Amino acid sequence: MSSAQVVDALRLMLLSRAVDDRLIKLQRMGRVGVYGPVHGQEAAVIGSAMALDPNRDWIVPASREHPAMLRHGLPLKNMFATYMGNFDAAAVPEGVRLLPRQQAIGAQLPHATGLAWALKLRRTGGVVAVYFGEGASSEGDFHEASNLAGVMRVPLVMLLINNHYAISTPLHRQTAAVNLAARAEGYGFPGFVVDGNDLLAVYSTTVDAVNRALAGEGPTLIECRTYRMGFHNTSDNPKEYRDSAEVDEAEQRDPIERVRRFATREGIWSAGQEAAALDEIRSEIETAQRQVEALPKPGAAAIFEHVYETLPPRLQQQKSEAMDDARPR
Amino acid sequence: MSIAASDQAEQSILEAIRGALFDEMARDERVMVLGMDVGQLGGVFRVTRGLMEKFGPERVVDTPLAEGAIVGASLGLAIGGMVPVAEVQFLGFTHQAFHQIGPQLARYRFRSRGRFHAQVTIRAPFGGGVRTPEFHPDAIEAQFSQEPGIKIVCPAFPDDAKGLLLEAIRDPDPVLYLEPQRLYRSVRGQVPPGDHTVPFGTSRTVREGKDVLLVAWSAAVHLCLAAAEELSKGGIEASVLDLRTLVPLDVAGLIAAVEKTSKVVVVHEAPLTGGFGAEIVATIQEEAFGSLDAPIRRVASRDTPYPPGSMEDHFLPTVRRIVAAARTTVEF
Repeated sequence: MSSAQVVDALRLMLLSRAVDDRLIKLQRMGRVGVYGPVHGQEAAVIGSAMALDPNRDWIVPASREHPAMLRHGLPLKNMFATYMGNFDAAAVPEGVRLLPRQQAIGAQLPHATGLAWALKLRRTGGVVAVYFGEGASSEGDFHEASNLAGVMRVPLVMLLINNHYAISTPLHRQTAAVNLAARAEGYGFPGFVVDGNDLLAVYSTTVDAVNRALAGEGPTLIECRTYRMGFHNTSDNPKEYRDSAEVDEAEQRDPIERVRRFATREGIWSAGQEAAALDEIRSEIETAQRQVEALPKPGAAAIFEHVYETLPPRLQQQKSEAMDDARPR
Repeated sequence: MSIAASDQAEQSILEAIRGALFDEMARDERVMVLGMDVGQLGGVFRVTRGLMEKFGPERVVDTPLAEGAIVGASLGLAIGGMVPVAEVQFLGFTHQAFHQIGPQLARYRFRSRGRFHAQVTIRAPFGGGVRTPEFHPDAIEAQFSQEPGIKIVCPAFPDDAKGLLLEAIRDPDPVLYLEPQRLYRSVRGQVPPGDHTVPFGTSRTVREGKDVLLVAWSAAVHLCLAAAEELSKGGIEASVLDLRTLVPLDVAGLIAAVEKTSKVVVVHEAPLTGGFGAEIVATIQEEAFGSLDAPIRRVASRDTPYPPGSMEDHFLPTVRRIVAAARTTVEF
């Protein structure tokens, strides 16, 4: 990673943490439904995303990879719209190589395999990077998608963000395996374990996997070992199932602090730069939030849009009923 | 056996499907066929026989045995610019792919707010009467009707098999295309040559009769035709309406047919409770209550798990049960 990339990554990490804080605050004020913070996983998500070329590669996210999505071209405004109840404004813009967030655990994995397969068939170049958690690795979709990816030798980078908790279920209840990367061997491709709180290690491991995929050597599984420092989402209270000592210990390995120390030591980051970056970030967040707040709320008709390309007669009728119901009287 | 069968005048349903696949793969190089045993073997029913030789192993792909991945990867392939026609070996095997069909494939256009759509056809044989083991005959089409975003298509004749399949492959939205395995080879008929498509949401009256309307889809249409012949011997003339697609449903065509006879029997191979017949009956009473002269009756499979093949005659709708239901309705 070049110095400039380290600075970009650190800035993105700070943005991610600030977005977490803002959306949690908005949720507590009743203006956001549910939000799952990235807190603690920034190095794993951003280090891997930095290894991708937004003009060539695709990202297939799970649901906690906002900084990767932003880096790949999703506007911050669209991300805020996702959580502030405006699904049309949340859409991935045309031309951005990014699939929507996936709420069904692991269901995005076969999509990623298929998309990577299409890149191979159409000889467009590029790779697909798919994110998922250690919980998803227990799903059948993980096995089916990995197996198919191995057989078809598709250009796929599988980023297993092992944050040690699936809501309340700890890693040792999720698997008896010593590591999850070893599963790759069973599918006929390599797997690596990497310190997911080490930005540079995640980056270089992902770069290698991308290069393998681009060279036609097929998929790679990367298990990024990290820790979910925050809650699963704003409806969750981790104090009910994990020790605060464990979280305190994780704080010592805060991925942002590690990059900050590294960059400062390298002479490419300073307290002054950080203060300036945080000011910019605050204003970007302010702008994104205001833009979403200024949007009209989607009306009843919106739920009938994009069900099919052409609305069948039965749905046309339901649409006019719903619009009539929604009319103030 | 003819391979490029689409210029043949009289064809079986199986030949019509195969011919449509040949034609469409030749016309559009994005179209690919994937599934278990579809390539080398040509499918367990040989529907896709010859495709791999003609179009090569990149476009006709034998996949690992994993229905969820076949469907899920098809969605990804479609996003990446291909037009997948996935075969799930039997509709009953979609139990293991349901989460990828309903909540994923069907909703992807909606979830992405139109940024992505899934031009994917899932072909799946289904239906009883051929003494297959459990799961192979399951008629679970109604389950998919609760998943908005996917269309459900069920041809009963060779011409519709071709026309609806071409329409399905070209449809920008996902289509579940259900093939009546019992009729694959036994039903033959004229198939229009060339580019023949049948628009979705158009039912077809396959027999005219003034006394009672029999409503069905897929293999049950042929049971209704046999029952209509039987009824005719006793002086009752039945109309038979083939719905052809369940989603979208041809409500206008259904109601027009109901208004002509005022008496209706709905027939399907799925178990009675929660079957798509319930939707048909509910729709008729909402839209045409005034033109009914008798309660609508349903003839369906029994509400039991699918029994062993040797027992399926006790389970499935039969000509005898349809005739009895039609008589009761007419004599009401």
